[in-house]
Amino acid sequence: MLEFKLPSLGADMDEGTLLDWKVKPGDTVGKGQIVAIVDTSKAAVDVEIWFDGVVEELKVPPGERIPVGAVLATLRELGAESPPPPVPPRTSALPPRISPAARKRALELEVDPLGVTGTGPGGAITLADIEQAAVQAAAQMPPPSPPAVHAPAPVKTDRQAEMRKAIAAAMSLSKREIPHYYLAETIPMARAQAWLTAANTGRPITERLLMAVLQLKAVAMALRQYPELNGHYRDGSFQPAPAAHLGVAISLRQGGLVAPALHDVGDKTLETLMGELTDLVKRTRAGSLKSSELTDATITVTNLGEQGVEVVHGVIYPPQVALVGFGRISERAWVENGALSLIPAVIVSLAADHRVSDGHRGALFLTELRRWLQQPENL
Amino acid sequence: MNERALRTEVLATLNDIAPEVDGDELIDDQPLRNQVDLDSMDWLNFLIGLHRKLGVEIPESDYAQLTTLARVLEYLKARLP
Repeated sequence: MLEFKLPSLGADMDEGTLLDWKVKPGDTVGKGQIVAIVDTSKAAVDVEIWFDGVVEELKVPPGERIPVGAVLATLRELGAESPPPPVPPRTSALPPRISPAARKRALELEVDPLGVTGTGPGGAITLADIEQAAVQAAAQMPPPSPPAVHAPAPVKTDRQAEMRKAIAAAMSLSKREIPHYYLAETIPMARAQAWLTAANTGRPITERLLMAVLQLKAVAMALRQYPELNGHYRDGSFQPAPAAHLGVAISLRQGGLVAPALHDVGDKTLETLMGELTDLVKRTRAGSLKSSELTDATITVTNLGEQGVEVVHGVIYPPQVALVGFGRISERAWVENGALSLIPAVIVSLAADHRVSDGHRGALFLTELRRWLQQPENL
Repeated sequence: MNERALRTEVLATLNDIAPEVDGDELIDDQPLRNQVDLDSMDWLNFLIGLHRKLGVEIPESDYAQLTTLARVLEYLKARLP
């Protein structure tokens, strides 16, 4: 018997709300398959399972709030015999087909999808069906009771408050437990800019690269020689990660931020990374991330230069052990070989964990990062 | 396409990227990126959106001209197919 438990989707999460199941008893599932959608304070997340098996019982109905570590479902190993008496289904009727967005709206509006007739493909319940049902239910409510049609506004406010609480919890943990040290280095960007301009000339606008992609790839390449900055600190010891999954800090338009992982950055071309970064930003802002993206990051990279700051003093996201921050690329007076010139440059900072590394190694990492950014053609 | 329709398209494209923006509150001759919080990814997606909707090619070397809403409109108007 295997138990599928609610994973922690980040240091700042201790509970979630199951929105929807993507599997049913009897289904064979494979490692990496999306089996459920769970709402966290940050987003509705597609939760992937991390082993193979056959679903036996779904232990949690949609709509229920559960703590991290709670058993969501039981499975049996592939090839194992099914227990003789079939597990009775939790609900008498088959669950209605309903889109995740509609399921979420139904919870917000307190509409029971079982009572809704779907008008979508194959009778599936759509967002519009749920909203229609909510309007009808409100119309049928006895007039004297408080005029509490559940408007979306309070839900939104709640999410923002929840997210702020979650960020506060993770950052308090970081500041309490991680002995940070901070380093910064001014890195010339003339070559990277010239290379990027040349690379983008003649490319259709849909295939152009952003400087952020060069910066991310350079970080991943530099990390190869400094494994003590790339990984997780858990239970009193550091586990270096075999690949660089960069958590990219993405601000949300309504406030707050998420830093989902861009996987295997060191092994991908700039073109591939550009496509994946575009997709990741889009899905983060739409609130549609996979659980692996929320848990796999081995280091965080933040770029606050676009907002005009010169240097970032980062707070490490536990259980990671380092954060790289890029400031604004701007023209600076520069002395090289005794001559003064004007060049574009950026201040790159490193916040790292003294339990795992020292300033000396951190400084060498920044030097290596600088070296990579001087040879953009090799990124 | 007349100017009003073009303006509507541009603002709709901007709203795809930044849903919180109220087009009526934008000042046409003030820098757009001072009025709307757009990072370089947002800016690129805004221009890609304009390219897809209006069929206008926007080389990277022209980005520097597109500072204000008025300039964006002027630039597009001159190049509409």
